[in-house]
Amino acid sequence: MTKDNCKKLVIDIISDIAPDEDLSSIKPEIRLRDQLQLDSMDFLDIVMELRKRHGIEVPEADYGQLASLESCAEYLTPKFIAKS
Amino acid sequence: MKDSHYDVAIIGAGMSGLAAGIRLAHFGRKVCIFERHNAPGGLNSFYSIAGRKYDVGLHALTNYVAPGIKGTPLGKLLRQLRIEREEFALCPQKRSRIAFRDFSLAFTNDFAVLDGEVATKFPHQADGWRALVQAVRTHDDVSLDAQPISARAVVARHLSDPLLIDMIFCPLMYYGSAQERDMEFGQFVIMFKALFLEGFARPLEGVRVIIRVLLEKFREAGGERRMKCGVARIVEERGRVGRLILDDGEEITATQIISSIGFPETMRLCDPPQTDAAERNTGVLSYAEIISVLHREPASFGWGDDTIVFFNDSERFDYSRAADPVDLRSGVICLPNNFVYGAGHLPEGIFRVTCLANFDYWAHLPELEYQAEKLRWFDAITRSARRFLPLVDDEVLASARLATDMFTPRTIRKFTGHLNGAIYGAPRKSRNGRTHLDNLYLCGTDQGFLGIVGAMLSGISMANYHVLQGSAPKV
Repeated sequence: MTKDNCKKLVIDIISDIAPDEDLSSIKPEIRLRDQLQLDSMDFLDIVMELRKRHGIEVPEADYGQLASLESCAEYLTPKFIAKS
Repeated sequence: MKDSHYDVAIIGAGMSGLAAGIRLAHFGRKVCIFERHNAPGGLNSFYSIAGRKYDVGLHALTNYVAPGIKGTPLGKLLRQLRIEREEFALCPQKRSRIAFRDFSLAFTNDFAVLDGEVATKFPHQADGWRALVQAVRTHDDVSLDAQPISARAVVARHLSDPLLIDMIFCPLMYYGSAQERDMEFGQFVIMFKALFLEGFARPLEGVRVIIRVLLEKFREAGGERRMKCGVARIVEERGRVGRLILDDGEEITATQIISSIGFPETMRLCDPPQTDAAERNTGVLSYAEIISVLHREPASFGWGDDTIVFFNDSERFDYSRAADPVDLRSGVICLPNNFVYGAGHLPEGIFRVTCLANFDYWAHLPELEYQAEKLRWFDAITRSARRFLPLVDDEVLASARLATDMFTPRTIRKFTGHLNGAIYGAPRKSRNGRTHLDNLYLCGTDQGFLGIVGAMLSGISMANYHVLQGSAPKV
């Protein structure tokens, strides 16, 4: 699992949650909220899809780690590696 | 042995119950929806007579916005339920009107039209109108802990012309208010956005398209559904729901219970019963609706422009329990042919009218008289509504009629279980859905998000708030 794989898995989740968003030109360093229309309901869904699809738990205290694609990769990649 | 314990039991397979069910099943909860009737849909269901399909309830889906407009209730609900926009196959309205005596305001799915109408016809109210619209736009209408305030009081701060005030309240009340004469301001905002800032649409085949999508999503997600199997009793044990007793006597248990059947209706199922609480918050507003099926398009009578017409002929619009069997002074006309269906079209013309009606009168008529009264009031409602449409000869209209149907407050009580035939439920809503029991929550009509989009969002919010959020991770 590389950080790039991890980003792709996150994008897969976002594309299912928000199929009406254009995800082709997301900038990894910029907050997802600033590029896409995602509200707190959508972020809750990202967390729950991570659990459902990949068995990865994100405690509420860590939700801030999911702010950008880059920070998602930074935070989630070790969790994916620990799983495999 | 059958395992009869669920993570969540949902009472009622209407829009809100199905939406809650989809969320919970999607995220791995063991969930079952119990529905007393054989058809799903609740207040927005459908039926067939003599091979002809009819919708109950749905005139138009409110909250419609064009593709690409984000951050509105419709978009939220599609995302949360993983539904693609195309699946609902929504077709926008042509134009609607608020018609008071000889005065009328047109509105479409483009708010600029209503805005312009108000500015032209009520120039002295223009500033106040702008301020009111601004207040609506900035109000936090999804807050689950808002304190109730009177919409009349808020509107009176901005508008002074009683005609304009009544004309704005009329559609908002008819499409969702359980309260007589006034609305809670949060409800006013929800409805103002749903009707005026957003708009109307409908699938060509009506409400069954939406219900079909919801059923399919629920099934795919692994949800269980038991039809013709209502909940007869909610048994309390130590401040919580201990078990549910079904209509057939079977007992089941669930960790959490979401009821979509209404506040007083839910309280009456509780054991011990919450009779006083139920009585203090039972709706009194009920309706009658007539449907004429025509062998011609309404457009051939010159009725081709209006999708929905909200009408009133009294000095002040009076939204209250009907004193007569049917209150003929005001009502709503719906011409389902007049949506922009693109290549498709409805096979027949349809003319529907809804008016306030008196539950007690219709509920207590002996069967023969009931049938005779339906015929009599069918004609009276038709005559009343036609005053607000271009003139058509009685004989011309009568000869175009292929079939008719009518529902009364008695029909509503029978098929929805709503006490007093009160479609919009209890006058006081429970925004956070909590009840006197720890693990019993309300969703749907009496939680207070209105319209069918609102109903679905209500189910979603209550499932998120009480079950999915902050819940212990599934091991």
